[in-house]
Amino acid sequence: MNFSNSVELLAFHNVAYTIYAFMIISVIVWFAYNLTRKEKAKPIVRIPFYTYIGFLVVMGVGHHIFTYNTIPWVSQDITRHDITPDASYKFEVRKHKWINMPKHVTVQCGQTIEFDVQSRDLVYGFGLFRQDGSMAMQMQVNPGTDVNGILDSNDILWTFNHNGVFDVISTEYSGPDAYDRETGEDLMKVKKWLTVVGCKEEGGKK
Amino acid sequence: MSIINNLINGTNFDHKSLNALQKVTLRAVVMSFLFFGLVAIEGMIMRLVQAHAPIPDQFSHPEHYFSIMTVHPIVGIFGSTYQLVFAAFMFLVPFLTKKPLYSVKLANAVWLLITIGTALAWLSAFFTGYAPLYTLYWPLPADTTQFSVFGGIVFIVGVALIMVGTLGFIYNIYATIFQRVGVHKDKTTKELLISGFGIDGMLNLWNKLRGKQPYTKEPALALPVVAIFRGTVDTFLDAIVILSAGVLVLVYLLFDASGHPLNVAAVDALLYKNYFWWGLDLVADGLVLIYVAGSWYLLATLITGQKLFMENVARAALMLELLVSWMVWSHHLLADQGQPEMMKLISGEMVTAFELLTQGLALFITLVTLWKARPLKMSPELAYLLGGLVGFGLAVPAAIIQADMGMNRILHNTQWIIFAHVHIALIVGLYMTLYSAVYVLWPIVTNNTTMFSKKLTWMHFWLYLVGGVGMGAFAGMAGLDGMLRRHLYVNGEFNTLMVIAAICGTMVLIAWVLFLINIVLSVGVKGLIGIFLPAEDKTASYGIEPETVAENHRA
Repeated sequence: MNFSNSVELLAFHNVAYTIYAFMIISVIVWFAYNLTRKEKAKPIVRIPFYTYIGFLVVMGVGHHIFTYNTIPWVSQDITRHDITPDASYKFEVRKHKWINMPKHVTVQCGQTIEFDVQSRDLVYGFGLFRQDGSMAMQMQVNPGTDVNGILDSNDILWTFNHNGVFDVISTEYSGPDAYDRETGEDLMKVKKWLTVVGCKEEGGKK
Repeated sequence: MSIINNLINGTNFDHKSLNALQKVTLRAVVMSFLFFGLVAIEGMIMRLVQAHAPIPDQFSHPEHYFSIMTVHPIVGIFGSTYQLVFAAFMFLVPFLTKKPLYSVKLANAVWLLITIGTALAWLSAFFTGYAPLYTLYWPLPADTTQFSVFGGIVFIVGVALIMVGTLGFIYNIYATIFQRVGVHKDKTTKELLISGFGIDGMLNLWNKLRGKQPYTKEPALALPVVAIFRGTVDTFLDAIVILSAGVLVLVYLLFDASGHPLNVAAVDALLYKNYFWWGLDLVADGLVLIYVAGSWYLLATLITGQKLFMENVARAALMLELLVSWMVWSHHLLADQGQPEMMKLISGEMVTAFELLTQGLALFITLVTLWKARPLKMSPELAYLLGGLVGFGLAVPAAIIQADMGMNRILHNTQWIIFAHVHIALIVGLYMTLYSAVYVLWPIVTNNTTMFSKKLTWMHFWLYLVGGVGMGAFAGMAGLDGMLRRHLYVNGEFNTLMVIAAICGTMVLIAWVLFLINIVLSVGVKGLIGIFLPAEDKTASYGIEPETVAENHRA
């Protein structure tokens, strides 16, 4: 099993969590019903205490092992400083405006792109969103400089495996000035900023 | 006619029969539920804006919308939840230890300080539009190009008053626990400390493994008091962190007001985030979980009248929970690229996963304790307790899922975490546990006042449970669809899910109205006013033995 983008991962997550939610609600409902009955209830399954504790430990740790091995951006993120990207885009944000940001970016399928966003004042976010509103990825953009006054990097590597057109949205709240005071429109949103081309319909290089 | 009579006089409530401890408890409870109403209305306004409902335009204006979002958690967590929890614990510690509360005057100061502080924070946001959100990410709270300096100062003073009130609660709790009177007359401070930190439970387990006699057969402190003792450690640390962050913001605002603004870049934003989240997370992943586990244990033993199952393990697990709560804050910083990867991995992922274990253990112990006492009558207090278990059963895994470097990349700051986790944990998990405590303690605190209507109680239960879970689930699903939590959407982007979430939110609001009606008709307006009048009986304790309470709940 491997998730090539957030759409696949979130669909899996949605189904898995919904099943879990119905399970835990059902267990408590069954428990509540039998709690009031005089007849002894027959357990559906008998789970020894240490098996239950072991299950919790396995779920807690196994979840991370599972995602590390099935979500490609985890290991890429940890080792990003050792990876040479196919292209880099470095720009700034100040007073709720993107500065030196390319007007539009086109990415070939399978390319790994570095985004390095620096803030000159507040905490912002940098996120790519599909046209249906779903999120492809995001990171926080913290302000700050090193001892030489050079702006701190907020960098991320991302590999695009599916065609699509993406908007940029600041994913962190930075005050009401990020919006039009009357209409409430997001002034930091950049529509159709990035386009990915050259992928097969089901994803992956042609 | 009867309803009007109830409205004025209540059922059989007599405020003159209440002692000082009962009155101070009820004062805080009243304020807590009034703030709960305010927070529910605020939440509904935000739901209606996001659902694109035809409401006045001003609610969609960013400064207004985000000022509501800023005070919503302040009113909800501090004005309502803290007040209710502090009131319950300042009553329960004397009740369980059979000792008087250290100071009723201090308890009065606590609810007054928290009420005034919450009101100040709310007023500053309402009138000046001060809106840095509860996260106060540096340097936004000191950004005077966007916010009023005066508004900021009033807000910070308000939050500081809440924290001073919190410190008052902490002092009162520890002073009561360490009082060497009554059953603790011959106990040393060392014995009480060992019991308070649950070390006796650990030593009992250790001795059992070695085949030796238990360290102690009768621990100095009852298990719920141990939970209060330990949760309050986190409450203290959290208060210190929030207070110090408030002082920092206040210094910058005062210098700005004097015409000599300080350089905000002097404070490292990421370091500040780490410090602030360390403190703030002690609420979410510390005191809430510890207090809730302790409340479950107390409610299970009071409802069943039996000893807690695996009590030594429960005591030891509370200690583990305390240690875990100090080391998990990095799960809030998984999307911060400057955060060291090892901190993300160890603190953000691995240690955080332990919460599944500690909370799962608390759930297990509570369920088995109830199960062993079958058959039980399905009373409101039992139903609310089970509702609370459902809440945490849903909310804790929702957070563990996101406390992962892979999932966080696509879920951070979305509605998933704030609804599927936070709102379900608070509205369903925490509040249903607290409602259970309210119904268990109601006869004790009000001297056996009859509740006006059982039907209203059950209507409140079902509307609240279905509405709370529904709102959390549907708004959480919007998060999976990409909806951000701290973002204003004005074009109906996630309309369908937001409309359903708003309907569920309305159920929670209606449930609160029904609860309020039931309480007012039980206590009466005269009684409500009487609660705030000085008590004739200055006693600061309550004499009923905890065991006798259980008799009323047996099937």
